[in-house]
Amino acid sequence: MGRYVARRLLQMIPVFLGTTFLIYVMVYSLPGDPISALYGDKAADKVFVASKRKELGLDDPLVVQYFNYLKNIVLHWDFGKAFNGQPVWNEMKRVFPISLKLATVAIGFEIVVGVALGVLSGLRRGKFADRIVLVITLLIISIPIFVLGRVIQWTVAIKWDLTKPTVGGEAHWADLMMPGFVLGALAVAFLARVTRTSIVENLRADYIRTATAKGLPRRRVITVHLLRNSMIPMVTLIGTDLGTLMGGAIVTEGIFNVPGVGYTLFQAIRLKEGPTVIGIVTVLVLIFLACSLIVDLLYAVLDPRIRYA
Amino acid sequence: MTIETSDPVLVQPGVPLLEVEDLHVEFHTRDGVAKAVNGVSYKVHPGETLAVLGESGSGKSVTAQAVMGILDMPPARIPRGAIKFQGRDLLKMSNEERRKLRGQRMAMIFQDSLSALNPVYSVGFQLGEMFRVHRGMSRKDAKAKAVELMDLVKIPAARTRVNDYPHQFSGGMRQRIMIAMALALEPDLIIADEPTTALDVTVQAQVMGLLAELQREFHMGLILITHDLGVVADVADNIVVMYAGRIVERAPVHAIYRQPGHPYTKGLLASIPRLDLKGQDLYAIKGLPPNLMRIPSGCAFNPRCPYARDVCTTELPAAVPLGTGRESACHFAQAVLEGEVAADVH
Repeated sequence: MGRYVARRLLQMIPVFLGTTFLIYVMVYSLPGDPISALYGDKAADKVFVASKRKELGLDDPLVVQYFNYLKNIVLHWDFGKAFNGQPVWNEMKRVFPISLKLATVAIGFEIVVGVALGVLSGLRRGKFADRIVLVITLLIISIPIFVLGRVIQWTVAIKWDLTKPTVGGEAHWADLMMPGFVLGALAVAFLARVTRTSIVENLRADYIRTATAKGLPRRRVITVHLLRNSMIPMVTLIGTDLGTLMGGAIVTEGIFNVPGVGYTLFQAIRLKEGPTVIGIVTVLVLIFLACSLIVDLLYAVLDPRIRYA
Repeated sequence: MTIETSDPVLVQPGVPLLEVEDLHVEFHTRDGVAKAVNGVSYKVHPGETLAVLGESGSGKSVTAQAVMGILDMPPARIPRGAIKFQGRDLLKMSNEERRKLRGQRMAMIFQDSLSALNPVYSVGFQLGEMFRVHRGMSRKDAKAKAVELMDLVKIPAARTRVNDYPHQFSGGMRQRIMIAMALALEPDLIIADEPTTALDVTVQAQVMGLLAELQREFHMGLILITHDLGVVADVADNIVVMYAGRIVERAPVHAIYRQPGHPYTKGLLASIPRLDLKGQDLYAIKGLPPNLMRIPSGCAFNPRCPYARDVCTTELPAAVPLGTGRESACHFAQAVLEGEVAADVH
């Protein structure tokens, strides 16, 4: 087990270097000069642009820039400065906790409702409950998130007045419930489908028949023998969702005015603010890698055949 | 339909352990109704080993699963019949009553132990589960019991291996664990569904021997489901041969080897490889088992039977008594037994 973890941690290094370098190259090759862009429609002051480019190190060769950038992160945990002079890390410290809270609400919703619906429809395959779940999940999957978000925002917050329609900078847990549900809705639908398939498949397994023949109560057959074996595809999906829900919540964060990662990243890309984009994406990559490591470790916990492989 | 065994030691007076009476099982599928079991009756006494023989699809496993109550219903349905266990009809019991019998009073051993054991729990957990659920034991006591059971089925180093997972055992050892699990609560009836089919030939004899030994020791009734006549000879007392969901022949085990009373049994015996006939072509029963949605009229075996006459296609043969507790469901049973009918040359 220890060696497995060590090997996985070492594998993360080349993945981390590769992804950050790609992001760096992509941001570097965005058309237009970011400093000149700050002038908008007005003509840029050539002397100021040149000095600012020098100050920010934009004239160095790409590889040198990338190397310096990495060096600063590794040695000083310094993600560079945004164009407004503030360290990028300060901005990230502000937005990441907000998105993490939002993603937590969404994931919690996804797990509780998604698993419950999936197990229900898997056990009642072909029956009424299964059909209803199928219709609900298809509806959620086919309605665009901005439609779903607006409808729920209007209904819940404005018509019924149950919560605040927008979140704002404070990002209280209570205010994040509605956006979290909207953000998690799609994930609920997918998790329910995956869970159902997994349950249906394992329900036919020989060891379930054995468990029944042992005289175990139906409840125990399902919770102990069926669920544990059905969990690997579910864990895989949930694990990759955490990263997606943190970085990919641009629309949801926009609708509900949540100043989180997605929103900030979108703004930074529009303004060609390289350091902010790269910093945020780098941290997102780290979160993705950490999640996939946890998922892989959970595989080993869930299935001994992987543990000893 | 009582089977009088030729071996006087095995004759059990009083109520049989298990009486299957005129059992019918059908599967309702999208393509139609498959009639898997069509009026099967047999009895098992305490301490008796009954071998149920037949090809795949003959209904031998389905009958056993109906006895255990582990058929998925639907699609399966039991339109007729009774399954009396120690005098009480299982089919009239509630699900909860039947669940409590499973594991405690009757247990089942499956063919493929790798898929029949749960891959994600240690064998100790799966053995101990019997004691925790049915006897309310603590985890610790249950594990101690699991070690005892593994010793009983002669698994070396049981104390350390109790924490291992099914995939870490060899096929033979895994099947011993299946046997241990079935024996855990000392049931009165064990149903072994092809218990040695998935094993190497060398291991088959060991596992079969162990099962027979423990069956004698605990004086249990044993239903041994198999398609392998070789396995049956040493351990079974009586035998029923099934074809297309019906019993075609029943007899004490040695009588059937000496003198089969049904053309199908005769064919099965002829298709066992024999050392003294080395080099000759192996006999095979021609044709395929019938489609259970369209079982042939008359005797279901008639399209494959070398002795078939016109009457075989129209009339369902009744069981003909052949003495010493033997029966054969063939229009020409007596003649087949005495070897008097000539097979048509095909």
